[in-house]
Amino acid sequence: MRHALSVEPAPPTRPQPAETAPAYLDVSGLWKSYGDFVALRDISLSIRKGEFVCFLGPSGCGKTTLLRAIAGLDLQSRGAIVQGGRDISTLPAARRDYGIVFQSYALFPNLTIEQNIAFGLENTGRPRAEIAARVAELLDLVGLAAQAKKYPAQLSGGQQQRIALARAIAISPGLLLLDEPLSALDAKVRVHLRHEIKALQRKLGVTTIMVTHDQEEALAMADRIVVMNHGVIEQVGTPTEIYRHPKTLFVADFIGETNQFPARVTEGGAVEIGHSAFLCQTDGFAAGATATAVVRPVDIIPHGADLHAGMAAEKPTTPQNVIDAQVVEMEFLGMFWRTRLTAPRFGDRVLVADFSVNAVRRLRIEIGGAIQVEIPQERLLLFPRSA
Amino acid sequence: MTLALDSMPLGKPLRQEASRDDLVKRGFMVVIGLYLIVALGAPLFVMLSKSLSTYRFDLTAFEFQVSDDTGGNWSAPVTAADLNARLNAVADVDLTTNSDGRLAVTKFFPDFKFRSPVHYRLRATGEGASYLVGTQLQKGSDWQDYDSGTFRRIVLRPSRGLGLENFKSYFSTPALARSIYNSILMASISTVITVAVAFALAYALTRSRMPLKGLFRGVLTVPILVPSLLPGIALVYLFGNQGIFQLWLLGHSIYGPIGIVIGSVFFTLPHAFLIILTALSVADARHYEAAASLKSSAWRTFRTVTVPGARYGLVSAAFVVFTLVITDFGLPKVIGGQYGMLAVDIYKQVIGQQNFEMGAVVSVILLVPAVLAFWVDRRMQKRQVALLSARAVPYAPKPNRRFDALCFAFCCLVAVFILGMIAMCQLAALVKFWPYDMTLTTRNFAFDLMDGGGWAAYSNSIKLALLTALFGSLVVFAGAYMVEKADGFRTGRSIFHFLAMMPMAVPGMVLGLAYIFFFNNPANPLHSIYGTMTILVVCTVTHFYTVAHLTALTALKQMDPEFESVAASLKQPFHRLFFRVTVPVCLPAILNIAIYLFVNAMTTVSAVVFLYSTETKLASVAVLNMDDAGDIAPAAAMGMMIFYTNVAAKLIHALIARGLLARTQAWR
Repeated sequence: MRHALSVEPAPPTRPQPAETAPAYLDVSGLWKSYGDFVALRDISLSIRKGEFVCFLGPSGCGKTTLLRAIAGLDLQSRGAIVQGGRDISTLPAARRDYGIVFQSYALFPNLTIEQNIAFGLENTGRPRAEIAARVAELLDLVGLAAQAKKYPAQLSGGQQQRIALARAIAISPGLLLLDEPLSALDAKVRVHLRHEIKALQRKLGVTTIMVTHDQEEALAMADRIVVMNHGVIEQVGTPTEIYRHPKTLFVADFIGETNQFPARVTEGGAVEIGHSAFLCQTDGFAAGATATAVVRPVDIIPHGADLHAGMAAEKPTTPQNVIDAQVVEMEFLGMFWRTRLTAPRFGDRVLVADFSVNAVRRLRIEIGGAIQVEIPQERLLLFPRSA
Repeated sequence: MTLALDSMPLGKPLRQEASRDDLVKRGFMVVIGLYLIVALGAPLFVMLSKSLSTYRFDLTAFEFQVSDDTGGNWSAPVTAADLNARLNAVADVDLTTNSDGRLAVTKFFPDFKFRSPVHYRLRATGEGASYLVGTQLQKGSDWQDYDSGTFRRIVLRPSRGLGLENFKSYFSTPALARSIYNSILMASISTVITVAVAFALAYALTRSRMPLKGLFRGVLTVPILVPSLLPGIALVYLFGNQGIFQLWLLGHSIYGPIGIVIGSVFFTLPHAFLIILTALSVADARHYEAAASLKSSAWRTFRTVTVPGARYGLVSAAFVVFTLVITDFGLPKVIGGQYGMLAVDIYKQVIGQQNFEMGAVVSVILLVPAVLAFWVDRRMQKRQVALLSARAVPYAPKPNRRFDALCFAFCCLVAVFILGMIAMCQLAALVKFWPYDMTLTTRNFAFDLMDGGGWAAYSNSIKLALLTALFGSLVVFAGAYMVEKADGFRTGRSIFHFLAMMPMAVPGMVLGLAYIFFFNNPANPLHSIYGTMTILVVCTVTHFYTVAHLTALTALKQMDPEFESVAASLKQPFHRLFFRVTVPVCLPAILNIAIYLFVNAMTTVSAVVFLYSTETKLASVAVLNMDDAGDIAPAAAMGMMIFYTNVAAKLIHALIARGLLARTQAWR
């Protein structure tokens, strides 16, 4: 099971690159095929200057292939890439302008940390003193000045990761590419580094693309997320957009947890799930159409055993969407309880809801007990039923 | 979301602009690929076509006219075939000949008289028909006029055809055809014994707690350091007609199968031992613990855990030994007596009888088992999966006094066998006249007094070994780098890799003979290297290319595949990465390749025996020639010189490795 999201992503208070900033990287009509297998299918994408973009998707979705095409490491079969106004579609990697960090870091094992960082600076006509100063500055930037004379094998994974990052940005590239940079690290180091990378990126203002399969990482770091599946882009949007307004069932399911129910759209902005109707946004659906209704476990609001007993957490906003349910199973996951409910109105289907520890204590929710829960109208999402 | 199209738009696929690096890399690969084609592909092809070449005097292609005593009044033209039909001067079987065949025209004119005024006219009408006037080659359908003095010196030359006649005549020669059976028999027996002994040794070293493991490991690889002729010489001294232990053979002669098998076991043992040792040392202790917890008997554990774990190693070792024995030439030459073996046949046909076509035929036959063994081995290797997962626990044997003592005793026995052979040669090299005058002398080292090349041969060998080590390591490593790290150009790379794997399947004798055919052709622009040190270096590098290539490839595969991508993103040319990172990191492997090539260049006989000239005689060939001439003690002495040199080289290698690695491999 994927990481559960304990908290919804915070509203975007972080400084965003201006929406109007000109496009720095333009990918249009990109295809990549290996024989009969199509790895990328007509990808078009525009990235603004200074933006932090994550390519997110399950393994095999084409995100790394897209990154390598942008880097010139695996040439696309069709399509154009324009970076900073320059058509780089068929340029070899060495003539493009980017720094890259791989999952393996690919640090040169026989060179010291210093020499690793200096590798891209040497041989460019820069005076020695300038190179030394730049290396020192970068070492300071990643907080590893004390390790300068050590070899990569003597550093921890997180430290190696930062050296790889320092080496990549040493040449002040216009574009920073990160290929699953955190996935080889321990969970704690990962969380810590994710903040550091994000802070560094903001400080340098370098346009950055990161490939990841970890939705939490993408939500926490990206200005915009590109969700990919089977070689196509499913949705591009800010973390909140992606989470709150998934455009496809795949996105809804891939980011966060979902309950999914077959539903039928009825007259007057409602859907029928099981035997009963729920209010919801039905824009774009004709009455009588079949659909998949989705609600996230965290969005289900508990109201206690009896809504009118005065113990309710809050007043229901849509009383029509309140149902009586039975608690079948409860699983303690630290910050919340994952609860499985059955409701007569849902037929035999199980509804998964995540209740805060607080609510469970206050509302005395327990296995076998009865409970009323609300599926808020605006949190019930509809998607066309896949064939 | 954009609406995705269902299929890719038509049109030409994009092509990446080649960077300067790509061009340089491709250029390099083409150069090294050409090297392999010239040094391997082309000679083998020429040899194959040679084995299918037949030579026959085409009598219908020659026409004669004879004058009367005045030198005028020409007779009607008549073909040599007609004349022969009338005279029966040459039997039909004698018309089949080899590339050197010559047939005097006077045979067709029984009343030919030297210094008669009669003139003769001759023309060659057929395509490819030619004749020699003295040493002058003539062809063409214009009549040529010769007086009788000149006519006497005219010989016809055969025309070349393609066919399997050479093979037919090979198989109809019982002694030659029998060599196939002999070779396979010897190779099979030696393989069974060697693999069994090597397995027992490797088992003792990995599964017991016996003492002195490091020492045994060293001793068991000693045979690699001497030419395969040396065990032959040792066996002569031990079991020959004057041998110390001659009576042990109960009247059997060491010259023949017995000597070949013992000697073969001696010189192939290290190869089999090292392969099986590697296979056994990757044991996972958890398998043994699982077997023990299931109360499996020791024998059952051995059968179901140990042997299956090492089975690819065993198969691989068996093929290596089989190929080595069947293609070895030095040992049967020294100890084989009258027992015909394929590799010796090539030598006899070429050096003894100058019958190059037949030599080519034997070569092609010798290629078959070698290529077959190679092919099967490759297929087996592909099926092998990594036995040792990352989580495997290395197996640590528990002490068991009886078993440890048994292992120790066995290893001692084999060590005594190996060191005994070397010691015997050492003794032979130092004794005045075995077994009659046992006083010690250095006289046998006065090589300049013997045939074989003298001390010059020894210094030539050192030169060859050094040059081979130097150029070989360069070419091999650069080639392996191109195969492993160049991107794109996939077809070129796989062809290159195939070429690099081929030498493994080509016996040295075959390679040497192919070189004669290819380079000793005046039409070849590279003809000038024939008979020089260059051709010896080229031949030796090529002969031992595969193992060196695989060593380099293994080292390169351990490098992070993204190094090249990182360097490109940092806009650094690949040669900077190559010299600053790739070479330093792979230095241990490069040094191993160099010492491997050095040692083999010192000991090899098979390929170079066809290619040395009077200026480039070699120590290993001198061993052969002195032994051939009956100077066995000096031959042993020269063999020991090779041994000392290789031991010294190994020590220097160890020192360099330690010193250099301390400086460049601080990161390890």
